[in-house]
Amino acid sequence: MELNKLTAHELIGILNKGDILPIDICNTLIGAVRKKDQGINAVVHFDDKKPVERCKALGNDKSGALWGIPIFIKDNICVKDELTTCSSNILEGFRPPYNATVIDKLLCSGAVLMGKTNMDEFAFGSSTETSCYGATRNPWDPERIPGGSSGGSAACVAADEAIFALGSDTGGSIRQPASLCGVVGLKPTYGRVSRYGLIAFASSLDQIGPIAKDVEDAALLLKVIAGHDDMDSTSVDMPVPDYPALIKQDIKGLKIGVPKEYFIKGIDPEVKQAVRSAIDKIEKMGAVCEDMSLPHTEYAVAVYYLVATAEASSNLARFDGVQYGMRPGQVTSVIDMHKKTRQQGFGSEAKRRIILGTFALSSGYYDAYYSRALKVRTLIKRDFDEAFKKYDAILTPTSPTPAFKIGEKVEDPLTMYLSDIFTISANLAGIPCVSIPCGFTKAGLPVGLQILGKAFDEETVLKIAHHYEQATDWHKRRPLT
Amino acid sequence: MAITKDTVKYVANLARIGLDDKELGDFTKQLDRILEYVHKIKKLDVSKLEPTSHVLEMKNVYREDRVKDSLPASEAMKNAPAKEGNLFKVKKIIGV
Repeated sequence: MELNKLTAHELIGILNKGDILPIDICNTLIGAVRKKDQGINAVVHFDDKKPVERCKALGNDKSGALWGIPIFIKDNICVKDELTTCSSNILEGFRPPYNATVIDKLLCSGAVLMGKTNMDEFAFGSSTETSCYGATRNPWDPERIPGGSSGGSAACVAADEAIFALGSDTGGSIRQPASLCGVVGLKPTYGRVSRYGLIAFASSLDQIGPIAKDVEDAALLLKVIAGHDDMDSTSVDMPVPDYPALIKQDIKGLKIGVPKEYFIKGIDPEVKQAVRSAIDKIEKMGAVCEDMSLPHTEYAVAVYYLVATAEASSNLARFDGVQYGMRPGQVTSVIDMHKKTRQQGFGSEAKRRIILGTFALSSGYYDAYYSRALKVRTLIKRDFDEAFKKYDAILTPTSPTPAFKIGEKVEDPLTMYLSDIFTISANLAGIPCVSIPCGFTKAGLPVGLQILGKAFDEETVLKIAHHYEQATDWHKRRPLT
Repeated sequence: MAITKDTVKYVANLARIGLDDKELGDFTKQLDRILEYVHKIKKLDVSKLEPTSHVLEMKNVYREDRVKDSLPASEAMKNAPAKEGNLFKVKKIIGV
């Protein structure tokens, strides 16, 4: 039995029987990372002594929901005393003095932290090519990108270097890489999971969520990390449902909308066909699917790249060479230090987004760009409010194309931004959604189905995802790595 | 042109980012294309719309005013690129 190929819920069953110990799983993963990651570059901070020590210290109290289960963490989530760099030179050597709330929750549940995964610098990207550690490769085709920005987390799960992982999603950064790597990725409702200790990109859009091999594992992990936190006043004080149990409930009679704006010219025909077949399958399972419209969809990318960059320009002002991270040697003044630190520390995409965001917020342009974008965001949110009066969930493709080639869109930021066209609206509206595998192209690249739901109704999207998964075997296919 | 080199230079200075000539040229071209694209939001009538800066139906969040442990200064200073005692060290600001 190859333990690295199992899911967390399968491993929990075996651990409970006492047939294996946490250290057995841990050692198997260490072996898998050593063997495979050189070709994939999904893991950027990895000190194998730490998880081994953790396994030894775990003891025998198996009461935690994730006792002995290893997990990888995206490099923008703070882990006390462990390198946390957002895959950016500007945070070179940074070791946070505290844990993110999700990390404390994982440790309380008995999980074993394995290491940090590669990402687009500060989560700015859709391909994991803007990392200061170099691009991550897609395990299904090493010439292609894994998606982004949580490309490291998605790739290590797809390659069976990991059981599951945490990512973060500001405009699709969990769902799009999950889709392109053939795994499950969930963006929870804004406010469902504490953002304390997540290094902020766009504070009104960011959410932490699971990337896993099946829906049951995503539900299990969401239950552990969700809930109100005093340290994040935007986390909402609502009870956390028992997701792993609720996903098994019936989906018969659910009303599902299929928005025509997501099946436009330009979408890859093989993606379109795979998603259409998945919708047919869900309909045959007893849900009622209906064509409908989200009329302001075409404005989502424009709104997002003003709102998200404006928030980023403000959040990233803290990286100035004073309190943490790198600082160049020769500077003539404090302002010179700020400018040189940011010139040398940030990569091109980070600079481009900070400048765009600063522009959208600056005097003379604020009304035409930032303020107007927030008003159009209202229209996008209203589209969903109206739709969810009638429908329990919405089905769309996650990404308009399968994984593209490394280097294909690097020189053309706008084309890169348009690869998020189907994922961005959910962040602007704050709603939960999951991407699950729903087929493969002829060239063998995974295709993802996106299921969007009402705010704080993760159980419905997970339930539909789980039932579809039970009736198919796309999620069981693995690349040759 | 939606944006000029001078504007990019001005905004980069506001954002305290140094740029070399190549970056300035490339960014101007790229940002111009991006702004041309986002101009599509101009065709909508937004006069009667409230802005959505945040999706949650919440306003102020209050909590009890309790004393809690805070991070010791030595811990908070641990990542500083330059320090003296418990102070972050930078070039002289006043009287330069």
